[in-house]
Amino acid sequence: MPEITEIKLQNGLKILLKEIHTAPIISFWVWYRVGSRDEINGQTGISHWVEHMQFKGTPRFPASVLDRAISRDGGMWNAFTYLDWTTYFETMPADKIELALHLEADRMVNSTFDPQEVASERTVVISEREGNENEPLFLLGEAVQAAAFRVHPYHHEVIGDLADLHLISRDDLYNHYRTYYTPNNAVVAVAGDFETQVMLQKIRSFYEDIPPGPEPPRLVREEPPQRGEIRLTVEGPGETTYIQTAYHCPPAAHPDFFPLTVLDSLLTGPSSLNMFGGGGTSNRTSRLYRALVEKDLAVSVGGGMMATIDPYLYNITITVHPQRKPEEVLIALDTEIGRLQQERVTEAEVARAIKQARALFAYGSENITNQAFWLGYAEMFASYQWFLNYLERLASVTPEEVQRVAQTYFRPQNRVVGIYLPSGSGDKTA
Amino acid sequence: MKTNPSPSPSHSLPGSDDITRAVLDNGIVVLARANFNSPSVYLSGYFSAGSLFDPHEKLGLASFTASALMRGTQKRDFQEIYDALESVAAHLGFSTSVHSSGFSGRALAEDLPLLLDLLSDTLREPLFPETQVERLRAQILTGLAIRAQDTSEMARLVFDELLYADHPYARPEDGFPETIQNITVNDLIQFHRIHYGPRGMVITIVGAVEPQQAVEQVRQALGGWQNPLQPEPPPLPPFCPPDKPRRRHHAIPGKSQVDIDMGGSGPMRRDPDYLAAALGNSVLGQFGLMGRIGDIVRERSGLAYYAYSSLNAGLGPGTWDVCAGVNPSNLEKAVDLIRGELIRFVTEGVTEQELADSQANFIGRLPLSLESNAGVANALLSIERYGLGLDYYREYAGLVQAVTPEDVLAVARKFIDPERLVIATAGP
Repeated sequence: MPEITEIKLQNGLKILLKEIHTAPIISFWVWYRVGSRDEINGQTGISHWVEHMQFKGTPRFPASVLDRAISRDGGMWNAFTYLDWTTYFETMPADKIELALHLEADRMVNSTFDPQEVASERTVVISEREGNENEPLFLLGEAVQAAAFRVHPYHHEVIGDLADLHLISRDDLYNHYRTYYTPNNAVVAVAGDFETQVMLQKIRSFYEDIPPGPEPPRLVREEPPQRGEIRLTVEGPGETTYIQTAYHCPPAAHPDFFPLTVLDSLLTGPSSLNMFGGGGTSNRTSRLYRALVEKDLAVSVGGGMMATIDPYLYNITITVHPQRKPEEVLIALDTEIGRLQQERVTEAEVARAIKQARALFAYGSENITNQAFWLGYAEMFASYQWFLNYLERLASVTPEEVQRVAQTYFRPQNRVVGIYLPSGSGDKTA
Repeated sequence: MKTNPSPSPSHSLPGSDDITRAVLDNGIVVLARANFNSPSVYLSGYFSAGSLFDPHEKLGLASFTASALMRGTQKRDFQEIYDALESVAAHLGFSTSVHSSGFSGRALAEDLPLLLDLLSDTLREPLFPETQVERLRAQILTGLAIRAQDTSEMARLVFDELLYADHPYARPEDGFPETIQNITVNDLIQFHRIHYGPRGMVITIVGAVEPQQAVEQVRQALGGWQNPLQPEPPPLPPFCPPDKPRRRHHAIPGKSQVDIDMGGSGPMRRDPDYLAAALGNSVLGQFGLMGRIGDIVRERSGLAYYAYSSLNAGLGPGTWDVCAGVNPSNLEKAVDLIRGELIRFVTEGVTEQELADSQANFIGRLPLSLESNAGVANALLSIERYGLGLDYYREYAGLVQAVTPEDVLAVARKFIDPERLVIATAGP
């Protein structure tokens, strides 16, 4: 594995560099430690909306110039907002990457947040939310997440609540931007066809003079333990019934994350952690596929967990067979969970999960954008060391640990069960 | 292992000196290119059993057959097939389009023989076990029920129906619930027996394997396959673009957003004016944040999160259309804005500057699109399917640069007629 260079500038900006000389491409990322976890009620969705505003330009790079400059050079650029972080990236021909360094440094500080642009983006974000609402699984997921977190700000969807999308003002957005978009709250991650010293010099020239900001405030609102199973239903259009069960599970930095990753592989099939490229494998031999789909109780099942800072959720999503009731499916689901808790899995099953993880890693390494993604992503919830140790940590998981985490986390008292009931099916519910 | 330190841009593009093309005795074309940067391989290909062969009352038969291949074979049952794949985190899957069915797979390079063995097994000796077929049928029907609730997919389906009318392209490859219900196990067996064979089959392998070795492995797996029954694909009937505007709304109650799909027909991939259309389409609704369409509908009017145009060019008459998702109360406003842009596009064409921007984008992004094994494999399949020539990607910059604003205006006028637009909408 190529070497990593890690440096922190005087202003607190952390920089991670990885040379990869397989294609004349460089992928440049800036990560900010801000996401929906930093949002109070009344301002839900503000991090994501700020991310949208970051494409509206600065005095130096007005929106049209920015967009045109990147696209002309054949670059790919985008941004994502999630629970714990917001990130921006450009993947470009290696000889054009300076533009990305320049514009990201510029919009760390100088975005305009023009009131007219805020007004027009308000309806764009609302439209994005309405598009999401067209999807039954969004409606169900939003309800399950809200039930799972009464106190912690993981309560709400990243897109935010419609009420807040109407309320949030230009000044709210600008304040959020100024509070969290500081070099000491950011990580720059670069992978691709460059020489480390040259790249470092360039990054210094664009970023060193940006002054640090005050340490951004953090909402500390720990979720109290759940005191019993929560069940809920969501009703909406369609003919298809869905089930989503969410178990509270530990964050990525917790040692139990690794036995849970093995458990996930056995229960619902291996989840790929890659954001770009790679692709995964199917899950037809997973325990839940065999117990639900092969028994004609469901037509599909999937599951997995996210790497987060605070405890989040292990989600299982099931598309119910059109001739079956969700209650029948839940009984079969609980039987399989019970089996994991009562019977120790075999060494061979654990070894298989590790081989799967290894292959998914190899697929992800085909793609430079994905490698740069990992450099920064791991920093958002742990450190790059987490990523480097990932396969080794998985390889040390024992069947006893898998059984223990199944017993610890997969308890009914620790879960929310959500059922999407379609209004178009036999018994009319809406 | 070979390493490839800092290649120059032109050398990273595939060309005749690093693509191996071989034709097996039974007609299968194999394309291979090495990439030892990562220990994985990607395999993809197609064969001529597309939905063009589907009878009307059994629409979806080709797709159903392809989906059922992995449900059990002479050698392995369903669980054995997937146990072999998933134990090594490999992937293999089939899909169907109008002219062909296709497959794609990936694995660590050491598992390529396994992947090819499974490909051969599922293509040549599927059993279509009844319980598995019925399980699959329920899954397909659920997929169609989900499609019926998807505003953008339904707008697309209505668009194709309006545009293509009696032409086979009007029909969705995955069929309708009633046509899926009509398909029997025997239909699957017969469709496979007649239409599956080496004729018209193309396979690409890209990744950490020497190309000659890849060809040899394909020869061992599929070189002995014959099917004298395999028919020529039926000829496509002529297509007549609409002589008047066509518009239809498909109601899906309870939804928050309506999807628009509007436009008309487009060129075939082999047409000489294809690149001019592609560049024009970039200016219209792709470049940067979705071109002129994105600018007017999203940036300036704030009406939609997504609004873009696309060109869909294949073996037959393609489509050139604009898609957007909007609040139902903004539907007519958005349609008028898009129509206005289409009128401007066929009246004024594109400026030198706009064209130069998109030309630079097409050339600049090529290395990026060919970065992964899957990207290269898809490029090789296009070369073969459309007869582009092995050096197409090396010559691409020149071909792109040669397009003029006049070429773009001519092809825009040839295909987009703002007086005869097809407008499909789906939503509440």
